[in-house]
Amino acid sequence: MFSLLRSLWEVFKHAFHPRVTIQYPEQKPYLAPRYRGRIILTRDPDGGERCVACNLCAVACPVDCIALQATEDEHGRRYPEFFRINFSRCIFCGFCEEACPTYAIQLTPDFEMAEYNRQNLVYEKKDLLIDGPGKYPDYNFWRVAGVAIGGKEKGQAENEAAPVDLHSLLP
Amino acid sequence: MATIYIENEPRQADSNQNLLHVLLSLGYDLPYFCWHPALGSVGACRQCAVKQFRNEQDTAGKIVIACMTPAADGTRVSIKDPEAAEFRAAVIQGLMQNHPHDCPVCDEGGECHLQDMTVMTGHCSRHYRFTKRTFRNQYLGPLLNHEMNRCIQCQRCVRFYRDYAGGHDLNAFRLRDTVYFGRFEDGVLENEFSGNLAEVCPTGVFTDATLKRHYTRKWDLQMAPSVCVHCAAGCNISVGERYGTLRRVVNRYNHAVNGYFLCDRGRFGYEFVNSDQRIRECLLGGEPTELTRAMFRLGTLLRDGNCIGIGSPRASLESNFALRQLVGPDHFYAGVADEEWSVTLAALEVLKHGPAPSPSLDEIEHCDAVLVLGEDVTNVLPLMALRLRQSVRQQPVRKATDLHIPLWLDHAVRELVQDERGPLFIASPSVTRLDDVATEVLRAAPSGLARLGFAVAHALDPDAPAAPDLSSEVEAVAGRIAAALRSARSPLVISGTSCGSRELVEAAAQVAWALCKTGKPARLSFCFPECNSAGLALMRPRPLSAAFQAMQRGSADTVIILENDLYRRGSVAEVSTLLDTARHVVVLDHLKNRTTGKAELVLPAGAFAETDGTLVNNELRAQRFFQAFPPQGEVRASWHWLSNSLIPELPAGTCSWRTLDDIVSAIANEMPDLAPIEHAAPSRKELGKVAREPNRYSGRTSILANISVHEPKPPEDLDSALAFSMESGPQPPPSALIPFFWSPGWNSIQSVNKFQGEVGGPLRGGDPGVRLIDQKAEIAWQYFSATPPAFQPNSDEWLLLPHFHIFGSEELSRQAPAISELVPRAYVGLNATDAALLGVKSGELIKVTIGDSVHELEASLRTDVPRGVALLPAGIPPVDNLSLPARGRLSPLRAAVYGFAK
Repeated sequence: MFSLLRSLWEVFKHAFHPRVTIQYPEQKPYLAPRYRGRIILTRDPDGGERCVACNLCAVACPVDCIALQATEDEHGRRYPEFFRINFSRCIFCGFCEEACPTYAIQLTPDFEMAEYNRQNLVYEKKDLLIDGPGKYPDYNFWRVAGVAIGGKEKGQAENEAAPVDLHSLLP
Repeated sequence: MATIYIENEPRQADSNQNLLHVLLSLGYDLPYFCWHPALGSVGACRQCAVKQFRNEQDTAGKIVIACMTPAADGTRVSIKDPEAAEFRAAVIQGLMQNHPHDCPVCDEGGECHLQDMTVMTGHCSRHYRFTKRTFRNQYLGPLLNHEMNRCIQCQRCVRFYRDYAGGHDLNAFRLRDTVYFGRFEDGVLENEFSGNLAEVCPTGVFTDATLKRHYTRKWDLQMAPSVCVHCAAGCNISVGERYGTLRRVVNRYNHAVNGYFLCDRGRFGYEFVNSDQRIRECLLGGEPTELTRAMFRLGTLLRDGNCIGIGSPRASLESNFALRQLVGPDHFYAGVADEEWSVTLAALEVLKHGPAPSPSLDEIEHCDAVLVLGEDVTNVLPLMALRLRQSVRQQPVRKATDLHIPLWLDHAVRELVQDERGPLFIASPSVTRLDDVATEVLRAAPSGLARLGFAVAHALDPDAPAAPDLSSEVEAVAGRIAAALRSARSPLVISGTSCGSRELVEAAAQVAWALCKTGKPARLSFCFPECNSAGLALMRPRPLSAAFQAMQRGSADTVIILENDLYRRGSVAEVSTLLDTARHVVVLDHLKNRTTGKAELVLPAGAFAETDGTLVNNELRAQRFFQAFPPQGEVRASWHWLSNSLIPELPAGTCSWRTLDDIVSAIANEMPDLAPIEHAAPSRKELGKVAREPNRYSGRTSILANISVHEPKPPEDLDSALAFSMESGPQPPPSALIPFFWSPGWNSIQSVNKFQGEVGGPLRGGDPGVRLIDQKAEIAWQYFSATPPAFQPNSDEWLLLPHFHIFGSEELSRQAPAISELVPRAYVGLNATDAALLGVKSGELIKVTIGDSVHELEASLRTDVPRGVALLPAGIPPVDNLSLPARGRLSPLRAAVYGFAK
């Protein structure tokens, strides 16, 4: 008898607790910056495309929903010719973001991607690429990497000495 | 054999080898860089350190470099020893000190030996606080890309390029941590084997420049075991596809054939498969048409017409056989110029009915005295030249054995041998790329070379007929060659079809047979012109001129041409007459060419990477190649086109094959000579599935999502056990069906270690391919008696010989953009004295008249060409339609050249 009353009391008490349920879509939930939602491709602080088409996101993807093709500009800067994510397969695991060596691919706090037609869930580069650096405002892969691209010669990356002069006779 | 103790476990090992070789052969993982199974040990990188103990009681031990330590009986070593492991991690930390932070944009990434070895040692973060040294890159030509910052100074590139391949224009410059590997100035690498640097380099300093233009990681390629179609050597390759185009070719190890290396033509000639000149639809009267209409037309032509078929030395056995069955053996013709064809047949006869066997390329490397008659091997059968370059070391390295220097101790052996070389005699009409290692070279016209051959045979065995009226000089050379061959342990004679001289083939056979008669295990090898010349010859088609005659007589009105541009096989007049006389012309080919332009019906034939088939190489080894990807459009294998499943109204029972296994067994039943091809590779039903895709293959659910988000079922392969997926049976694939080399922890091509019985030895399960002819000891044979007359120069009638070029002479590779940059312009090469008599200077135009064809070509003056002989580039337009050798007239065109100057 006592336990019955106690249970009733406990349930009654909850009527006065603050509500957990959110009246979505009128009310938007708070999502942490590191929430794993819609995937984007970001740009580096200089405004260049961050993605270097290394294929690591694609190979890390457990459902194989990323396909891309690498290409290069005339100065040797590599970028994806096309970059496709099939969101109808994506499980938002975030492995791609973890694998990305340039912070290009990032998951964002946005999940409102529902479509009536499944084909519309196939995102190409124009749908993915944003104009900012996303969560990582400072990093620029090309400033660190020891390859020459337009505007950055050999020896001009961070922590690099000037190129060796092959014609010098000094030891 | 020796017993060595590894982590206190006794294991059997080859005591003639070093510890690294033995440990890898036994399946242990030990990191290394500078050592290479084909190049030996130099101990430059210090990476393969292990702990060696004196005896069971010794617990302290000492660190030794495994590749520099012999696997002597009773050796006790530990790989796991913490001190050794720490040493290896420290070494790699040092090597990585200046490594640029660029793996994401490095073409080697994902198949990088340096990555693999770094992971193996456990090194993961850089502690060095100071700046990284950097280098500027060089332009090395259209084939290779240079990124010097990635170098770890292992020296493998120069050891391969200079010591192994005989190149001169790549070297190490400067000193200490600024050692630079490159050319003395920017420029195209000269050596024909430079592409191997991409595989030899353990990191991304040298990478495939053609791959870079459509870059794909190794894990994303759909790969298949294949055979190179760009010469008769039949090197085994692994071809990779992504997004419907062929992306690259890498070496597929076959101990008996290509070993670890490929030539640049084979490695970079693949891009013709992606050419925009490809035929991808059926064409009826030049207009694209539906499959059913095209096949109905073909069915009608076959039913109503008198058909003849013209085969091809660059099509597979299966495709040639399909055409032969379709038109009947009596109406099946060889698609090769008669002169070349008769020499090919003569060479085949000599191999079949003579006592001297044809060696594999591996056996060629181990021959210790070689006579080359009339071939520029490097430009015709490049990989044989690489093997010959090693064969000249066979005799000198015996000194090392006498001094108890192990042969794997590469630097010591080279130091001992210096420039000493074993006998290699080259007799040819012009300079060859192997002349730098030849003992002696002799220049003469083909008949002169044949006379030399007969003289050598006579010097070896007086029963062999002598060549009359020899000059004392040639007599002396013949004597020296005979002496060298006689004193060798395994002599070899090489000739081929390049000079188009039947006498030369007979002379080569004469020398080999004379050696056999004196009890030497002599071998005889011929350079056939194309990838399946030998296979086509074994099918016994009728000569091409008979096809021309049949058409002119009117006994045939329809011609079916298989993968062949006839304009390369006969004079324009002859071929045009054939194609114009024929009421109906049907052509199956990959690329648009002059012949397809004249065809009523064109069927798109699959290239080597899109189809399955069998090729017979110059050793007469039948090897199977497999489809890497389903081609775009209506493209399919020629033997699929020519079967009754596609052609309506064929009588039941003819051409009734559906799959590769069907047609292979049909060939084996029909042709006893080719019966062994059933064993060239296991059939589909013998096996479970073998995955064409690595298990990390990415993008499966996204590649076609732009077309439709609903993923199609992967295509099914009815022809082989290979599957268009990453799903594989539990068994490792048999050696003939290995699509790519990969093993856990070994992502680079160095993982081939894990597929060999012993490192550097045959693949587990035996080398792929099957020899079609095995010589029996007691064969009845007799010497050729007719020696050719001496060559007489004639200023009214020049002897025009073909001059082969590795880049350009072969029809298909010439269409690859990277190779096409390296193709020379057409020229006429002649002796400077002759040119002076003609009044022609270098670079001036000469009118070359052969029969009714006239060409104006630039004169190239040479000192090597015999008087009265002129060289024309083989297979290079506009002279690719001449069947050489030929007789012709040369006349200067000086007026035209100097007209402007005056």
